[in-house]
Amino acid sequence: MNNYWRNFNTGNWCQNINVEEFIRLNYKKYLGDESFLSSTTDKTNKVWDKCQTLLQEELKKGVLDIEVNKMSGINAFEAGYIDKDNEVIVGLQTDEPLKRIVNPYGGIRMVYSELEAYGYEMNPIIDKYLKEFRKTHNDGVFDAYTPEIRKARSVGLLTGLPDAYGRGRIIGDYRRIALYGIDFLIEQKENDFNNNYKNINEETIRVREEISMQIKALKEIKEMALKYGYDISKPAENGIEAVQWTYFGYLAGVKENNGAAMSMGRIDGFFDIYFERDLEEGRITEEEIQEAIDQFVIKLRLVRHLRTPEYDELFTGDPTWVTCVIGGMLNDNETLVTKTSYRLIHTLRNLDPAPEPNMTILWSENLPETFKKYSAKMSIETDSIQYENDDLMRPIYGNDYAIACCVSAMRLGKDMQFFGARCNLAKSLLYAINGGVDEVKKSKVLENIETIDDEILEYDKVLNNYFKVLENVAKIYSDAMNIIHFMHDKYAYEAALMALHDSVVHRYMAYGVAGLSVVADSLSAIKYAKVKPIREDGITTDFVIEGDFPKYGNDDDRVDEIAKLILNKFHDELEKNWTYRNAEVTMSVLTITSNVVYGSKTGATPDGRKAGVAFAPGANPMHERDMNGAVASLNSVAKLEYENCCKDGISNTFTIIPDALGKDKDEQIKNLVTLLNGYFKQKAHHLNVNVLNRETLVDAMEHPEKYPLLTIRVSGYAVRFNRLTKKQQLEVISRTFHESL
Amino acid sequence: MFGSISKIESMGLKDGPGIRTVIFLNGCKLRCKYCHNPETWLKQENNISVNELVEKILRYKNYYGEDGGVTLSGGEPLLQIDFIIELCKKLKENNINIALDTSGTGIGKYDEILKYIDLVLFDIKDTTPEGFKDLTGTSIEESQKFITILNETKIPVWIRQVIIPGYNDNYEYMHKLNDYIKEIRNVEKIELLPYHNMAISKYNDLNIDYPLLDTSNMDKLKCNELESYINSIRK
Repeated sequence: MNNYWRNFNTGNWCQNINVEEFIRLNYKKYLGDESFLSSTTDKTNKVWDKCQTLLQEELKKGVLDIEVNKMSGINAFEAGYIDKDNEVIVGLQTDEPLKRIVNPYGGIRMVYSELEAYGYEMNPIIDKYLKEFRKTHNDGVFDAYTPEIRKARSVGLLTGLPDAYGRGRIIGDYRRIALYGIDFLIEQKENDFNNNYKNINEETIRVREEISMQIKALKEIKEMALKYGYDISKPAENGIEAVQWTYFGYLAGVKENNGAAMSMGRIDGFFDIYFERDLEEGRITEEEIQEAIDQFVIKLRLVRHLRTPEYDELFTGDPTWVTCVIGGMLNDNETLVTKTSYRLIHTLRNLDPAPEPNMTILWSENLPETFKKYSAKMSIETDSIQYENDDLMRPIYGNDYAIACCVSAMRLGKDMQFFGARCNLAKSLLYAINGGVDEVKKSKVLENIETIDDEILEYDKVLNNYFKVLENVAKIYSDAMNIIHFMHDKYAYEAALMALHDSVVHRYMAYGVAGLSVVADSLSAIKYAKVKPIREDGITTDFVIEGDFPKYGNDDDRVDEIAKLILNKFHDELEKNWTYRNAEVTMSVLTITSNVVYGSKTGATPDGRKAGVAFAPGANPMHERDMNGAVASLNSVAKLEYENCCKDGISNTFTIIPDALGKDKDEQIKNLVTLLNGYFKQKAHHLNVNVLNRETLVDAMEHPEKYPLLTIRVSGYAVRFNRLTKKQQLEVISRTFHESL
Repeated sequence: MFGSISKIESMGLKDGPGIRTVIFLNGCKLRCKYCHNPETWLKQENNISVNELVEKILRYKNYYGEDGGVTLSGGEPLLQIDFIIELCKKLKENNINIALDTSGTGIGKYDEILKYIDLVLFDIKDTTPEGFKDLTGTSIEESQKFITILNETKIPVWIRQVIIPGYNDNYEYMHKLNDYIKEIRNVEKIELLPYHNMAISKYNDLNIDYPLLDTSNMDKLKCNELESYINSIRK
């Protein structure tokens, strides 16, 4: 065997790309506790100190710097360093830390407004030629959009569609570079190109072109690494190289693309195999391993994309969703938790609590107790961790999947998704009452919907109309998605990311919804209470509600079933439409921080929510309407069906005050572990956990300087509280904080 | 069999060990000056059957882990004795741990209910008949009857005592309390609960005068100190 793979257990992975098998045959599970972990080294401290100064400067200025003389590209920039002598893992997006890339391929107009927002101008020569000779994804999309799609976008029925920037949510299997070296990957792609896709038709032409682009991208990744003095044509020989090689793959992805979510994948078990071998050979110490992990994480925390102020309002705090899944199980009995699972989480202490990388624990009932407790402890101390149900996902995706963005599962190197932001379900409900007329813009958006002019709303009638609206909206939404992803493949193809996939990939068409709890409660109010519309010029703009009604978030089937009904209906309607490249339809219940913007664009709703008021995030119950305690609230969310309906994820954000969780740290840890076990046993999908007091947030709002590091989980990602807009801060504060009397 | 409940807290973490479903039963003979659940004083109309309640509770069973379960609280759960006996029988069929949060002022059948109880959270109002009467408006006798029967069992007991500033927040009272609970067998621990006035708004809503308007909230740290103290002298 070659020296790179010395002492590894061999298998099919030696002949064909198969990282999953490599991990399965070689990893060493770890059942102990966190006592083996080391703190930061001098080198790491020096690098991190410099970063902190830069980060503070960035916070003041909005962006630290922008490279306006070059466009995005895998090998477009010179090597950049933070503190060369002390960097153990190297590589920056541009030649300077935090200097942002201009990526025009998604849309040039976006770039102009980004540059303008920060007082920059593009290099005039590049600008001229780009405009003259290069069509962008955004141009393509708008050449094909239908009038219905344009209307739906402008009223805020469909928001956040990736039609002017990179779609993201594609995870390259970056580990392949470390395990095989670039040359082997090129060879495999050349084999695919030469031996397959010979029967020429539209799809094979496209695939042939794409594979050629992937091969070029692989060559560029190799050259980019060479600029840093690393030859990655061959596999990594030790742990630090494995981290470095893998990081170069990720780095190529974020140099080439500016997708909303550029996630990392699953690296704990993979890195651990190399570190274990190094340890056995006496070539490395625990301090050196932690140093590599800390420095790798520092690099991930410095990833930036240039965004417009409007984008920042939707997704606040410069999130990049460098999501890393950690832990999980190989099968029902064997855990995939390794020492490196601990080392990754430990960076939250060694550096500080921070939103990136987006630490995602794959929870299983059978995870080692020690690891459950450690995760819970770090959750309580840092509010930086999210949990997703491995027992729910593993039967579907196997044991080598990861999460893109917040909750989107995909098999590494085998699946990709067409990201589709989300549709405003609450606004859709108002269209069912107003005959397709937008309640804010007062213009007609949907045809052939009857206006309801009853004195008191009737459940069956409203529901019937709502179903018609959803049928219409599903059609418009899927038309938009098909156009967007057709054009994205054409004008902004992610060659670096797709080069790290199999040539045959499975694609998901990932739709999303916002405002679920508002709709469920509204329909419940119409069914169980008396809801009287208040009309202005024939358009309903408010409602008077008499009597009480069951509210989503109290484990009450009367309303929880309505939530399920609506999701199933919308999913079924989406499924009826054609999908580009035969993608499988999936749907998420996730808003990230956009619940605030969605709310602001939506009129008053029949549940008593006033016009402009924020929705609850993701699949959360509306603020303070979950009155029977946290477990009842969790149970309502757990009822939403994952596999056959919301397979792209169901996001729930949960906040509990420390005192309520337990008297002391040990009790808090024990209770949080029990709570997570219970929630995920109910087949729930995702939980963001915050353990904090409302007073802390109120104080942080008034005195941000006192809490520079305060990090909280919002919806699918974590954010520094001081980066949120005032409106978002207020919304977070108004959420339910579970306490017990 | 039907009963009357005021509320279910699905994540009780303060009434017994682990994560517990706390059932607040309506009805209480006492009118404790510091009561924070005045809405449970009156036995309202029956609003739930044993089967319905068991069904709801089973929805929470996954969260109990090793030491969680159900806590019967109120109000005074012992007043709806037949209802809770039925309920407990059913819960035991499902292997659920049951704690009883009581002041012992029920209406008998104590030996029967205690067959199903895994932990008693025994609420001491005051150690003297006069003090008890002054604080609650009722006699201490019934609670002592309960203690006698409780002492015939091996059920572990957690003592709970609300600490009110200027009333019992002193070392002298800790000794009295310690002497009083010597009469109770199987005491596992003593929990002192700091008085708080968060229930004022409930009194306003119910149009009842709040008896302790002039009393401030009990300092939590001082309450903790007293708790450590009494637990230390007990040993």
